Amino acid sequence: MATAQDRAQVPLGQVSPGSGLNDDIGEAKRLAIYRSQLRIREAEQRAYDLFLQNLVKGTSHLSLGQEAVATGFAEAMQKGDLSFCTYRGHAHTLARGVPVEKVLGELMQRDNGLMRGKGGSMHLTSEEHGVMGSYAIIGAHLPIACGAAWRAQYKGDKDVSVCFFGDGTTNIGAFHEALNFAAVWKLPVVFVCENNLYMEYTPIADVTAVEHPAADRASAYGLERIIVDGNDADAVYRTAQKAYAKARAGDGPSLIEAMTYRHSGHSRADPAKYRPEGELEKWKERDPIKIYRERLKQFGVSEWTIAEIDASVRKEVDDATETCKAAPMPPAEILTTDVYADGGWAWRN
Amino acid sequence: MPEITYRDAVIRGIAQEMARDNDVVFLGEDVAKAGGVFKATVGLYEQFGPLRVRDTPISEQAILGAAMGAAMTGLKPIAEIMFSDFFAVCFDYIANEFPKSRYMSNGQTKCPLVVRTGNGAGSRFGAQHSQSVENWCMMIPGLKVVAPSSPVDVIGLLAAAVRDPDPVIFLEHKSLYATKGEVPDGEIVDRLGTAKVLRPGRDATILALALMVPRALAAADVLKSEHGIDCEVVDVRSLVPLDTQTILASVAKTHRLFTVEENPRLCGWGAEIVSIVADEAFYDLDGPPVRITTPHIPLPAADVLEDIVLPTPERIVETVRRSLGS
Repeated sequence: MATAQDRAQVPLGQVSPGSGLNDDIGEAKRLAIYRSQLRIREAEQRAYDLFLQNLVKGTSHLSLGQEAVATGFAEAMQKGDLSFCTYRGHAHTLARGVPVEKVLGELMQRDNGLMRGKGGSMHLTSEEHGVMGSYAIIGAHLPIACGAAWRAQYKGDKDVSVCFFGDGTTNIGAFHEALNFAAVWKLPVVFVCENNLYMEYTPIADVTAVEHPAADRASAYGLERIIVDGNDADAVYRTAQKAYAKARAGDGPSLIEAMTYRHSGHSRADPAKYRPEGELEKWKERDPIKIYRERLKQFGVSEWTIAEIDASVRKEVDDATETCKAAPMPPAEILTTDVYADGGWAWRN
Repeated sequence: MPEITYRDAVIRGIAQEMARDNDVVFLGEDVAKAGGVFKATVGLYEQFGPLRVRDTPISEQAILGAAMGAAMTGLKPIAEIMFSDFFAVCFDYIANEFPKSRYMSNGQTKCPLVVRTGNGAGSRFGAQHSQSVENWCMMIPGLKVVAPSSPVDVIGLLAAAVRDPDPVIFLEHKSLYATKGEVPDGEIVDRLGTAKVLRPGRDATILALALMVPRALAAADVLKSEHGIDCEVVDVRSLVPLDTQTILASVAKTHRLFTVEENPRLCGWGAEIVSIVADEAFYDLDGPPVRITTPHIPLPAADVLEDIVLPTPERIVETVRRSLGS
């Protein structure tokens, strides 16, 4: 059985020869993909720095190193498509265009946060951006995404529900229930497994009967075995497009395993000392942002254009940080709001 | 007025709401083509078609998760969990997902759905197919919980649950499916959060839920005819929201309180009500509130054993009579 270290050697997708700025992806989309990945990188790095200053409280699960997955899938979505995220969901939330300030504000548990501090880092939700929640119980959102897809199927809506989760999720019952359910009902849902090689602190290979925890289970549900280089946003984008088109055509769900790597530990509490020496460095050579920046240059995007994007993203994150630092804490009055649909919490008369 | 069974009332209630609103959809195990293992959904598949009445795999998490996703995005699903005991395998949705999404999202996420389930004992099914799990649901902020005792309440409360914007757990009692009651023609819509005084009385208040309601009524008849004790019987109907006003008013009138609960003793709904009455109506009471419950044990399968553990009219009579010293 492959070890986590072997997996770092898995041959991953490559840019198809002859591709360039005017290929199927095109310059404008590529610049958007670059900006989005960088925005996630900078915001996540800022979240980490703010932990150290004790300004981000509670727990936090970063997607540093995994930006290409969230970005590729989000950039291929249309307005109205729905994202279902996990507790490692800052990236997927930002990738749908939610302002950095709203995300950092929630992480800093301020009144300007996405949910005014009532949800926290693990539950980012912005329905106006199609972010239908971040779920902190492993596997819970796969059936929920099925339900949203069922609504689309029933109403004849053309939106796709996209459900992100980690490799560890493939070993929980809800994963298998949802995959079968989606396949039997032929639902327009796309399941995206981000295989970052570790379920929390343990190598996924140590606890999983097959080498590819998602892709190798696809056949059990009559689905195609799909593995994509999760550090190459173009490859992710193209894979997403194909899966969304299938869903919209009424041809049912897809299960995609994106190979990637988490640069930081599982959560704030985890220094990730369990990783073999050199593994992180090897993956950092395949840093998705580095790869993408080089590709832009290779395709003739000027240093100046790239530097301008870099500067504007940094400014956005800096400005958001300052706004959040100045924002008030949530008031106690909101403690009892929105328990029920009438806006309150009354359980008796 | 025509009489129908509790079972047929379930069918009529679902049909009434599905006919009214195309966004009402229904899913569960064996509910469509087979008409439900309790035959409480017969004919719905034929009436509303395969897109609205759907059979699922034996996947309780998928059933409730799918109901939630559909509810969040605009449908009004009714999901069936065949036996309420199976809540334990999909409890994440009941405890973590349905009731907390609105709060955690600061009001963004809606969850208008109904989970129907067969609850309660009397079928000799043993410890994992007979439980009364209303207390599992009552303790979770964000849920609503109702348990009708009569056909007319099944229709009215089911309609109210489907039209309610919050997640509602709808507990049907398996031992009531065959019972009959009068139901008027036409649309029936009731209100959640309302208890019903089924029998007025002066000497003691007996609160009951679901199968315990007919038993409390039978006990009240005997208490009156044989012991001269005039009991007021209140069908609690809705655990959340809880109609404390009706309960407190009854206690203020009779000065004695008895609860008849099928759930095992610890943390039963009656304990919460007794606590409220102790806090808010202590000086209305002429004696200690008394809870009549199933003992705190798993339910046995054998009929002679199951019959011993559930509160019976005889036990209610004896308990009330002794407590009132007659």
